[in-house]
Amino acid sequence: MLELVARKEASRFMLWLTPALAVVLTMLSGLALFALLGKDPFEAVRVIFVEPLLDPFSRTELLVKGAPLVLIAIGLSFGFRAGIWNIGAEGQFTIGALTAGAVALAFWNVEGIWLLPLMALAGAAGGAAWAMIPAWLRIRFNANEILVSLMLVYVAELLLSAMVGGPLRDPDGFNFPESRMFHDSATLPIIIEGSRAHVGALAALGAVVIAYVLLHRHLFGFEVRLFGQAPRAARFAGFREARLVAACLGLSGALAGLAGMFEASGPVGQLVPALPSGYGFTAIIVAFLGRLHPVGILLAGAVMALTYIGGETAQMAMNLPAAAINVFQGMLLFFLLGIDVLVNYRIRLRRAL
Amino acid sequence: MSERSANGQALFEAKSLRKVFPGVVANDDVSFAVGAGEVHALLGENGAGKSTLVKMIYGLLRPDGGEMRLRGAPYAPARPGEARAAGIGMVFQHFSLFEALTVAENVALGMNDAPRARALDARIREVSEAYGLPLDPGRRVGELSVGERQRIEIVRALLQAPRLLIMDEPTSVLTPSEAETLFGTLRTLAEEGVSILYISHKLEEIRALCSAATILRGGKVSGRCDPRAETARSLAEMMIGRALAAPKATDWKPGAARLSVEKLTLPSAEPFGVTLRSLDLTLRAGDVLGVAGVAGNGQDELVAALSGETRTRPEAIRLGGAPIGGLGPEARRALGLSVAPEERLGHAAAPDMSLSENTILTARGRAGLASRGFLRKAAAEGFANRIVTEFGVRTAGVSHAARSLSGGNLQKFVVGREILQKPDVLIAAQPTWGVDAGAAETIRGAIRSLAAGGAAVMVISQDLDELMEISTLLSVISEGRLSFPVPVADITVEQIALLMGGGARAEADADA
Repeated sequence: MLELVARKEASRFMLWLTPALAVVLTMLSGLALFALLGKDPFEAVRVIFVEPLLDPFSRTELLVKGAPLVLIAIGLSFGFRAGIWNIGAEGQFTIGALTAGAVALAFWNVEGIWLLPLMALAGAAGGAAWAMIPAWLRIRFNANEILVSLMLVYVAELLLSAMVGGPLRDPDGFNFPESRMFHDSATLPIIIEGSRAHVGALAALGAVVIAYVLLHRHLFGFEVRLFGQAPRAARFAGFREARLVAACLGLSGALAGLAGMFEASGPVGQLVPALPSGYGFTAIIVAFLGRLHPVGILLAGAVMALTYIGGETAQMAMNLPAAAINVFQGMLLFFLLGIDVLVNYRIRLRRAL
Repeated sequence: MSERSANGQALFEAKSLRKVFPGVVANDDVSFAVGAGEVHALLGENGAGKSTLVKMIYGLLRPDGGEMRLRGAPYAPARPGEARAAGIGMVFQHFSLFEALTVAENVALGMNDAPRARALDARIREVSEAYGLPLDPGRRVGELSVGERQRIEIVRALLQAPRLLIMDEPTSVLTPSEAETLFGTLRTLAEEGVSILYISHKLEEIRALCSAATILRGGKVSGRCDPRAETARSLAEMMIGRALAAPKATDWKPGAARLSVEKLTLPSAEPFGVTLRSLDLTLRAGDVLGVAGVAGNGQDELVAALSGETRTRPEAIRLGGAPIGGLGPEARRALGLSVAPEERLGHAAAPDMSLSENTILTARGRAGLASRGFLRKAAAEGFANRIVTEFGVRTAGVSHAARSLSGGNLQKFVVGREILQKPDVLIAAQPTWGVDAGAAETIRGAIRSLAAGGAAVMVISQDLDELMEISTLLSVISEGRLSFPVPVADITVEQIALLMGGGARAEADADA
């Protein structure tokens, strides 16, 4: 019989081995899943995990997909460590794109290098403001931020639809619910010639470095970790919960909003109703897969971007349904949470009594 | 002795039971017997070993030595299910009920083999009416009062037709009229031949209800008696020990007032909490004020109010004359008020953080472990190492998690962390609870020398011997009231017994 024995201290080895194990288990289950769908399983795994790495264009696409995932996941990781569950990054992403896009459209035809920073500011502020709604409701009424932030995703998406169908609609766009294409001053510079990889990737890298310093060298990171591990000790230490809730939700909202701005002024180049494409939700998986650690999130973001791109290739090349890729990503989180138990427990064989 | 019932056969017998936890002997050579239909009291202060003892009887813990017998046959339950099957029921002090479920559903969850819903409803009605415990099986637990919730636990135990019912401090959560109803039920049960093991430290109710008592002190049986033939005072003396340690002679010259509390009234925020009522106290430089009292009489609330975790009126608490009642913990620490809470893991220290990170919790300001928001890791490690060396904390290194330390070592670390910051006022709650003798001596010595150096100290403890040893003044907290502090040299056991029995207010009024 198997028995779980509590460890005296969390195992550092297991802490980093379990995400890798989860990836392996997901691949194995993926093989079974694809075989059941009647596809050649090994070919599917090769298309999803290997092919994107061999093709130069796909490699740059990793940066396009990975940047928003990493940026959002970094923001979420602070709250998740403190036990503040922002599930609505997708909504903050949408509002960030909307506010930044509104700035771009307001200055349409105005040239200037100040425009992009202003849009970034507007995007971050928009995302943070949207996240302040669940923060305030939790602080004031003890409302569950999971539900509130999640429901606000749908509000944000409808708001985006309403705006691009109304005030922000392209006047020359034959009444299609889309904004104008952003002009050059409102479009992100490309960092690799001939690709779609934009400066957002650098921003994501910067966020990783800053988050590392904040988390491990700064009192704010200490406060976040302390609240997550021992809320009573945190109050005893003199940290205030309300301030932390506002800070964590504000930070994750700002980074999600910034990612939204990057998406609108980068690969998409305009505001469209289909702009939010699930980055905000996938980033939750990235945050956990990366162990809520900035460097881990960077790696996890790369893995998840790979499944995005490989998944698209597989859809085209092998006729795999889009849902199969969602299932695949979901399995990753499922296995990770499942084998997480090994961090704090070890398995011991016991003879049946 | 009334250990045997009329037919001469004890229903339950414990012989030389022993249970050892790391660092503490919780039960040592405990023997007693309960006759059929007897209401037997288990009396003792908190930490005397009552809970450990009943947990062994109910199969939650296994004894390290000795044996138990039920109806003369050897009895060694491996789990509560076996204890229930053998006819032993238990009602815990804190209920394990699901608020979103109905009464009947909750009852079914705690039974070995629950009957079908309709049959169970009928059984619940039947039992609750038979014993005067009105209860509607269809109500949701969330809507019920504390007294009604306790009835669920009792009915759940009674449905299994127990021969021995263990009640763990049942009246601590009840109003006086609810308690009266409960006593009626227990008497009916006893008349039907059910034995009851009744745990409490409320002397009057034990005298009213029980026909035999076993008194525990420090894990050992310190007396047996028929409580009906004793007075509350004689019971108290058995409970707290007749001979108190003589106070250590100190050349105690109190200085200026360091901390003063004036008419501090604080309604309880928690459902099981205690309301602090018009507390007054003054701590002067050199004072060590011992606060005695049974746990759950307002100690936690008092510590939270002093630490700043609960805010009060600014003028209710003054530090060196300045009102600090409205300040948070860190601001109070900066002004020189340090607190070492009772709960080591999760309150005084973060379990999964290293010892050096745990210094940042309270010493980041006074010991300069952070500057402009950035952590000074080397300084924190140095400070942690100083605590480890000066207080003899046994650990493999300060990079290890707090929860890897034994209770006593972590306690030395927590107290050391506060003392090394040289506070003007130190509040220490249960500073030596669960700590071995050597470590306890280290901690007491450090507290004494802190006071000798001009600080004011308050020690909250349930260990009277300890308080007599280190305090200069003694006061008792009872039902949220604090008695007027008396120099320990002048105090008698009678006074303490009277105060702990709830006479704090009368005493305070008389002295005021």
